[in-house]
Amino acid sequence: MLLSKTVHDVARLINETFHWSCIAPLKGKPVRIKATVTEMVRTGYNSIPIVSVISFFVGIILALQAAYQLKRFGALIYVANLVGVSITRELGPILTAIIVSGRSGSAFAAEIGSMKAAEEIDALTSMGINPIRFLVVPKLFALMIMLPALTVVSDFIGIFGGFALSVTLLELHPQSYIQQTLDALLVKDIMTGLIKAWAFGIGITIVGAYQGFQVRGGAEEVGQRTTASVVASIFLVIVFDLFFTTLFYYFT
Amino acid sequence: MKADTAIEVRNLVTHYGDRAILKDISFSIPKGKTTVILGGSGCGKSTLLKHLIGLLKPTSGNIFINDRDIALMDETALNDMRKKIGILFQGAALLNSLTIAENVALPIREHTKLEKSTVDIMVRMKLDLVNLSGFEHFYPAQLSGGMKKRAGIARAMALDPEILYFDEPSAGLDPVTAAGLDELIIKLRDVFRMTIVVVTHELPSVFMIADHVIMLDAGNVLFSGPLAELTASDHPKIRRFLERKAEEESENPEDYLKIIAGE
Ligand SMILES: Nc1ncnc2c1ncn2[C@@H]1O[C@H](COP(=O)(O)OP(=O)(O)OP(=O)(O)O)[C@@H](O)[C@H]1O
Ligand SMILES: [Mg+2]
Repeated sequence: MLLSKTVHDVARLINETFHWSCIAPLKGKPVRIKATVTEMVRTGYNSIPIVSVISFFVGIILALQAAYQLKRFGALIYVANLVGVSITRELGPILTAIIVSGRSGSAFAAEIGSMKAAEEIDALTSMGINPIRFLVVPKLFALMIMLPALTVVSDFIGIFGGFALSVTLLELHPQSYIQQTLDALLVKDIMTGLIKAWAFGIGITIVGAYQGFQVRGGAEEVGQRTTASVVASIFLVIVFDLFFTTLFYYFT
Repeated sequence: MKADTAIEVRNLVTHYGDRAILKDISFSIPKGKTTVILGGSGCGKSTLLKHLIGLLKPTSGNIFINDRDIALMDETALNDMRKKIGILFQGAALLNSLTIAENVALPIREHTKLEKSTVDIMVRMKLDLVNLSGFEHFYPAQLSGGMKKRAGIARAMALDPEILYFDEPSAGLDPVTAAGLDELIIKLRDVFRMTIVVVTHELPSVFMIADHVIMLDAGNVLFSGPLAELTASDHPKIRRFLERKAEEESENPEDYLKIIAGE
């Protein structure tokens, strides 16, 4: 009963979001560009510092962990391969997605939830303005663009973190580290990471919006829904990740 | 439907979950007049207004506006209908992320292709009508309750609708501002020939503005007709409402003790 209602509500939200982001624009109901740019700044641009710092640290951690094993075989230069491949294929997209879940997924749920509680959503509908088109679609486009973009940032900074550690503590030669990284990285690795990031962006938006629209009561429920949105979107990101990684393992 | 009827409600039944709120009510609202909806707190007045603009779907029954049943309309048809209807919510429901001017401009921007300068002039006119000139750049959080109500009225009037719904427009306003609002409602009816539906508890205001009155009681229509008929009525519940008397005590002291002891 409860599950079937959830499935029904989510399916309806996805359906409407798809309609207003892909079909309606072809019929002269364009996406709100200005709102999309505002959301891109809020969700993407403003996340650059935190994504950078975390990616840099994780790059260092990864290099240290790799070195711990590799130095026993005297193959320390392969730290570059390990850092490069794991960051671009896996850690860049997932770290970014988790940070964005915490920052923006929760903000979406809180924004829509408090609008629901204050009858602002009803007010939009009563003015003939579809709340999905007005609120969700700009967020969706913002995350579909900004999550891959942030992932590129995360990839670069993460690899730089590994590089910084390797050329100092591990005393690897900078030039050969860079060469080794370039040789190890395939376009495919980076692309699969970016495709994942794009899908995570969709998942985070839908979860945040769903939780927001579920608010029925007042401020306290907004808080609960916000928390729930973070937990649910991190879970969803991991499930998506499992799915795509399996897919890419067999089909690329 | 008669030619001078703007809205006709037939056998409307509505529920929140399993709880029946409106139980099979029927009435009509005359065109170009002011209709006041009266009724005790929690009897379903706000719920009724939400049905009259298609925000809630009835369990059963019909709601005809301009001869079309909005209970059967799809979202596109409803949205076209909504452009001709303005509503002030009980809590004003202004968008908190936008300034007052942006709130009023929102429906105009969404539904017309007017130049920004034209929109600005329209917004200023609407705000002037509700005495909010000079507050264009304030956010809803920076306004008092009564000012929010008035900004909500300006937004409801933004597209010069044919029908206006006001949910308790003068609750929480000082008597002078409330009287100003009554004058505005009279002006909208006389000058712009709008059909106006007002939910209110303020008796002085009812006598000022009402042409037609609908009184709800526990989900049923207790009275529907011209104001003069209401004041002449000798129905005990209507008399109590008009004379501001409390419900008669039905419990004796012993029953009362049982109620407060939770038995
Ligand atoms: N969203 C909701 N979910 C469940 N029940 C609701 C909801 N909104 C209102 N109700 C119930 O419906 C009944 C009618 O509510 P409504 O807001 O229409 O009353 P009202 O006549 O406008 O009262 P007031 O004069 O106090 O504004 C109330 O008893 C309330 O408990
Ligand atoms: Mg009410």
